[in-house]
Amino acid sequence: MALLEIKNLHASVAGKEILSGIDLTVNTGEVHAIMGPNGSGKSTLAQVLAGRDLYQVTDGQVLYDGKDLLNMPPEERAQEGIFIAFQYPVEIPGVSNMYFLKAALNTIRKRRGLEELDAMDFLTLVKEKLALVEMDPAFLNRPVNAGFSGGEKKRNEIFQMAVLEPRLAILDETDSGLDIDALKIVANGVNQFRTRDRAMIVVTHYQRLLNYIVPDQVHVLANGRIVKSGGKDLALELDQSGYAGLEEAVTA
Amino acid sequence: MTGIEPIRQDAARRVAELGFPTTRDEDWRFTNVSRIARTHFSAAPSDLSAWGEGQLEQRLVPYEGSPRLVFINGCYSPELSSLKLARGIRATSLREANGAVEAHLARYAVYQDRAFVALNTANFEDGACIEIPKGTVVEEPIHLVFLASGGDVPVISHPRNLVVIGPHSQATVVESYIGHGANYFTNAVTEIVAGDHSVVDHYKLQEEDERSFHVATLQVQLGRETNFSTHSISLGGGLVRNDINAVLAEGTEATVNGLYLPSGSQHVDNHTVIDHARPHGASHELYKGILSGASAAVFNGKIVVRPGAQKTDAKQTNKNLVLSENATINTKPELQIHADDVRCTHGATIGQLDEEAIFYLQSRGIGKEQARDLLTYAFARDIIDRIKVEPLRARLGKIVLERLHANRN
Ligand SMILES: Nc1ncnc2c1ncn2[C@@H]1O[C@H](COP(=O)(O)OP(=O)(O)O)[C@@H](O)[C@H]1O
Ligand SMILES: [Mg+2]
Repeated sequence: MALLEIKNLHASVAGKEILSGIDLTVNTGEVHAIMGPNGSGKSTLAQVLAGRDLYQVTDGQVLYDGKDLLNMPPEERAQEGIFIAFQYPVEIPGVSNMYFLKAALNTIRKRRGLEELDAMDFLTLVKEKLALVEMDPAFLNRPVNAGFSGGEKKRNEIFQMAVLEPRLAILDETDSGLDIDALKIVANGVNQFRTRDRAMIVVTHYQRLLNYIVPDQVHVLANGRIVKSGGKDLALELDQSGYAGLEEAVTA
Repeated sequence: MTGIEPIRQDAARRVAELGFPTTRDEDWRFTNVSRIARTHFSAAPSDLSAWGEGQLEQRLVPYEGSPRLVFINGCYSPELSSLKLARGIRATSLREANGAVEAHLARYAVYQDRAFVALNTANFEDGACIEIPKGTVVEEPIHLVFLASGGDVPVISHPRNLVVIGPHSQATVVESYIGHGANYFTNAVTEIVAGDHSVVDHYKLQEEDERSFHVATLQVQLGRETNFSTHSISLGGGLVRNDINAVLAEGTEATVNGLYLPSGSQHVDNHTVIDHARPHGASHELYKGILSGASAAVFNGKIVVRPGAQKTDAKQTNKNLVLSENATINTKPELQIHADDVRCTHGATIGQLDEEAIFYLQSRGIGKEQARDLLTYAFARDIIDRIKVEPLRARLGKIVLERLHANRN
């Protein structure tokens, strides 16, 4: 079943077009990788899907679970089961991870017609998920991302994903800045998340991560368009030959 | 209180000579008190008729079970007060203190060039008198509660408090101003004298009615190696001016923090003077403000380092969160440094909520309004979390949240 259908998506920021007609369909159970050089528009795509109003959609359509995604405010998208692990997670001093995540989870649960979790049940759940990403429980009392190292921020994103249990997760360069051990921990967290009725888009510009999270499809984004799609071997190919040929092919 | 009669007469003369300050006075540039100057106030009645059934009890909840002195429009109310303190500790009304502390009363808060202090000194009827003898640790916070009410006729009260803490003693004093009704003016002065090596925590929670005037001076005289802190929380009042003057001795450590949350047409002015009179003193000052509606706030933080006050370490920060385009803030540090081997830092910020942070919270399912509240509360929490008196902290946390909701609607 198609969980996400992106059709001819155009988006710009500050009057400059960044996405110039993206077409992409992601079915439940699938993992798609999006690769591409710096500045090709990968994060812009993630932000547009998250609903950041800094980016204007100028054309096209996005259907999520058959519903018009672009008309939903960001919180509704999250409540409907979309999760973005951001490339640059924001620091929020004064708001503890615990408080933040409990507020988020309970809003989402309410939307799904589930009961809100009380403090005890929440703590039990959270401890289990922390273990998954091998994070210290002391971290719950720290303010969201404030003073975290780059690697800690990335792990925190995966931890949040594990707690919120979205249907569609988009990981934007979650691998960058991670050492190999952290990368394995993150990949393990992600792999546990894979089920038949979920889907995932993994944005990366290194093939490395895809050794651990094996994608069903790989797409290459260049200059705001998907210029090539293929199986998992495409990632290996790109690793050897780089993006140069592909970019030229488009601009020519 | 006959011993201080000459002082009161002198203060009365100064009232006549000084008149009320105007915005031409540097210290009152951004705070216009002409509404006070124009009003003819009469002495406030000391009854509770303005308070509805149950209304008062509800407001007094945070002070239950603790020793407390309650004043109604400036007059002591033995019925509402509760004084369960160890022997040797004095906690009475000034009138009942019967001159016991006249050596201290009205000796610290300078009135010669301060109209409102002079007005209080000349006219005060009563107030709290706390005296903690040498080497005494008082665990429970002592609450001073000032109930004020207004009605058809403008009324004024002049609470006057004196807190004397002996050397090597420890105490916590909480001043709470609770108001109800329009057209009244609270003009308070509190003097705190902290002996050498004492530890003193002071809090002021100001919840006056938004249609009232509140002007207050806290004068703090600190001994050597004392550790003093004050937290001034301004919630209510239509026109509010708080002055804090702290004089430090050798090795004194003083923390002066504040939080103000003006909304609607409220005007809140905080003026502080930290006077490093002797060497090796440290002061930490953090004032935070959240402004909404068409409110206005003023922060003026003066740090004085006297000649010879070497190794002074003074830090001042004022941070403002401006939630509305119609709100205004004037913030100014004022450093007067007359010693060379010192460290003084100051900084002020004026900003809005972080849009990126709002979006991040939304992207996790939290609604925009709730996201804004969360971030606003997080800004205030910095101060709230420092309050060590639990019921006070809980009360404040609750009010701040209520405020956030009210501002939205
Ligand atoms: N907020 C922004 N303001 C201005 N330009 C932006 C903004 N975000 C992205 N861009 C521009 O859009 C292009 C694509 O950026 P991005 O989507 O971050 O690429 P990628 O994630 O593939 O490296 C770049 O040229 C970048 O400079
Ligand atoms: Mg990117």
